[in-house]
Amino acid sequence: MIPEIGHFALILALCVALVQGTLPIYGAAVGNSRLMALASPAARCQFFLVLTAFGCLAYAFASKDFSVLYVAATSNSQLPLHYRLAAIWGAHEGSLLLWTFILTIWMFAVTLFSSHLPEAMRSRILGVMGLVSVGFLLFMLSVSNPFERLIPAAVEGRDLNPLLQDPGMVLHPPMLYMGYVGFSVAFAFALAALLGGNLDAAWARWSRPWTTVAWCFLTIGIALGSGWAYYELGWGGWWFWDPVENASFMPWLAGTALVHSLAVTDKRGGFKVWTVLLAIMAFSLSLLGTFLVRSGVLTSVHAFATDPKRGLFILSFLAVVIGGSLLLYAWRAPRVGLGGGFAPVSREGFLLANNVLLVVATGAVLLGTLYPLFLDALDLGKISVGPPYFDSVFVPLITPALFLMGVGPLAQWKKAEIPDLAKRVRWAAGVSMLTALGLPIVLGEWTPLLSLGFLLACWIVVTAVVSVREQLAHVVGGGIGTRLARLPRAYWGMLLAHCGIAVFVVGVTMVKGFETEQDVRMGMGDVATVGGYTFRFDGVQNVRGPNYTAVRGTFHVSRDGRETALLYPEKRRYTAQNQVMTEAAIDSGVVRDLYVSLGEPLEDGAWSVRLYHKPFVNWIWGGCLIMALGGALAVSDRRYRPAWRREPQVVPANAQLAGR
Amino acid sequence: MTPRQKRFAFVGLGLLVLGVATALVLNAFQSNLVFFFTPTQVANGEVPKGRSFRIGGMVEDGSLRREADGLTVRFVVTDTAKRVPVVYKGILPDLFKEGKGAVAQGQLDADGTFVASEVLAKHDENYMPPEAAEALAKAKAAGAQSSNTLIVQP
Repeated sequence: MIPEIGHFALILALCVALVQGTLPIYGAAVGNSRLMALASPAARCQFFLVLTAFGCLAYAFASKDFSVLYVAATSNSQLPLHYRLAAIWGAHEGSLLLWTFILTIWMFAVTLFSSHLPEAMRSRILGVMGLVSVGFLLFMLSVSNPFERLIPAAVEGRDLNPLLQDPGMVLHPPMLYMGYVGFSVAFAFALAALLGGNLDAAWARWSRPWTTVAWCFLTIGIALGSGWAYYELGWGGWWFWDPVENASFMPWLAGTALVHSLAVTDKRGGFKVWTVLLAIMAFSLSLLGTFLVRSGVLTSVHAFATDPKRGLFILSFLAVVIGGSLLLYAWRAPRVGLGGGFAPVSREGFLLANNVLLVVATGAVLLGTLYPLFLDALDLGKISVGPPYFDSVFVPLITPALFLMGVGPLAQWKKAEIPDLAKRVRWAAGVSMLTALGLPIVLGEWTPLLSLGFLLACWIVVTAVVSVREQLAHVVGGGIGTRLARLPRAYWGMLLAHCGIAVFVVGVTMVKGFETEQDVRMGMGDVATVGGYTFRFDGVQNVRGPNYTAVRGTFHVSRDGRETALLYPEKRRYTAQNQVMTEAAIDSGVVRDLYVSLGEPLEDGAWSVRLYHKPFVNWIWGGCLIMALGGALAVSDRRYRPAWRREPQVVPANAQLAGR
Repeated sequence: MTPRQKRFAFVGLGLLVLGVATALVLNAFQSNLVFFFTPTQVANGEVPKGRSFRIGGMVEDGSLRREADGLTVRFVVTDTAKRVPVVYKGILPDLFKEGKGAVAQGQLDADGTFVASEVLAKHDENYMPPEAAEALAKAKAAGAQSSNTLIVQP
């Protein structure tokens, strides 16, 4: 019964979404405010309906209702409750429901925080989101219904893939989807502006916080995914340029470009058409990413052949959304106008260059991800495009962007002078060069990539310091503390996010440059040394988990005779699917991770063992976290608060910044 | 600068970035694309010399041997028509099993042994790597008329 209620709620939600996607937009076009007023209640109603459906599916999982096909396929009676609930998004159908659910959450949020928007704008935004929702609900109801019954009911479920039985599974997909779907708000804002034909600085100010919040979620989501792959896959890598990862990285790159281009539209009224295009791009890539990962296209293009209806629906939906919005763009963009002019050397110019680089990098990743799929689909042979391709294309493209990150915030809007800029950054440049050349030598190894990494990271941080010093010079009165506090939060947010990139770059540089890994055969009591740490293997014992049995190894790690850590890597066998999983053991630290994973049992109780020493690996995810914090800080800036909550007085520093 | 010159400057900059990117992409494709071959194609000598490629198929039953160092493994990948001996030093993935599908990346050495730098196994118990499945299907189609007893243990 409960699953039927869920199914019914989805059908009702589709009806509501159809109303929400058509009448308010029509109302906005003809100026009928009664039709426009439908948008908000419809969006809220849809939210509660999809919430009901989501709750029903959660209930089916919690109560182990194996008469629901999806529940039987992705869970098992021995699976602990929190993983049963996480299994909601463990496969295709449930992921779509989560996606739609999050879309309605964003819609609901828009209805809450849009009282300051003109009514036509708000109804167009909600209307566009309603149309997106129509697509997803139709998809679910027609070809991938999560509530489909299995008759007769299964006695036992097939279990969730053991790889997914991890706390990462509970957090990573919802975070990622919050990011993906969050770009739908920016997309809806962009389409609303195109439909209305007016795109001004106010428009950019309204859509900025939404975009930044989505970007923060996406950043966290990707970082969680990367960290999860690091400890769960047992290979110790943090990024594989796997198509699935690229699918989430492309919207991030486009979204990063969008955040910066919105800044220009907001502050200077420039880049209007470009901003709209980026918003369309970011959301289209999010859609593409969702479908690439969840439809089975990536593991094999021929997954389409197993359910051609599904593949066809996905392709047509993508075509309608991307094609439709681009058509609208081509038709209406000329009305939006280009916005103010600026000199090539100016903050706008640098931001434009950064945008171009980010977009070209997105294109390169897209090409490397889709090219093998195209070849395979056209039966032109099977190829794979591996990490070397992405490394050799991505690094040269993103290096100038990182360099610009340092100069951009220092340059004046509209027109900057290169000699003046050069004079202001000469100390920063000097310090960065010295660090780049000196630090690798101090660390005992020099390679061009090490130097490049340190150069960029140091450059970003030191130019940020230069920027703060210059800003302080403009703030009058008070001690250093009050003057610092007077700088707007959006400014601090930007600096923090940029420093996050620097931390990330340090992490990547150190890991790439100094990691050591060793595959060794270890018998009882054997000792191996990796990265200055001594690992002693003290044999294995059998342990039992809730739904698996495992062999657990014990490793004593010491350095210079002092014990550092005790590590217990496991080799688990999940009983339901009889699948073996390696569970690595990691001793995490600020400056290094020690990583042990068991390979296979050899003769006489010996094991093949993988040992890693990963310096600064946590800085990679720490950097991402700092970036997201920076975004959150920027969003909390007073200028984004609705007018009725904003305090009347304007801080002088704010005006100063706007003039820079 | 006049607006016209400015526009040319921007367009020029855009084209420059695009050009550099294209050059990078082409260059990276040139050296980093990894092609896939079936054991039959390997046996027919269709594979590139001195270049990395992938092979896929079944890990032949009973072919897995471990050398004394405990880390070097030898096994045979077959598409039921032809067999390719593979040597790999390192830890095999969890899902690697005899009689199941696997994909390996590496190079062919002088005596026809495939020296793998990486071994990828299938993703779950029901799922065959598409490359391996295709190799088997191709061999099946080609060998349907010739013989059914091609696998002879050495």
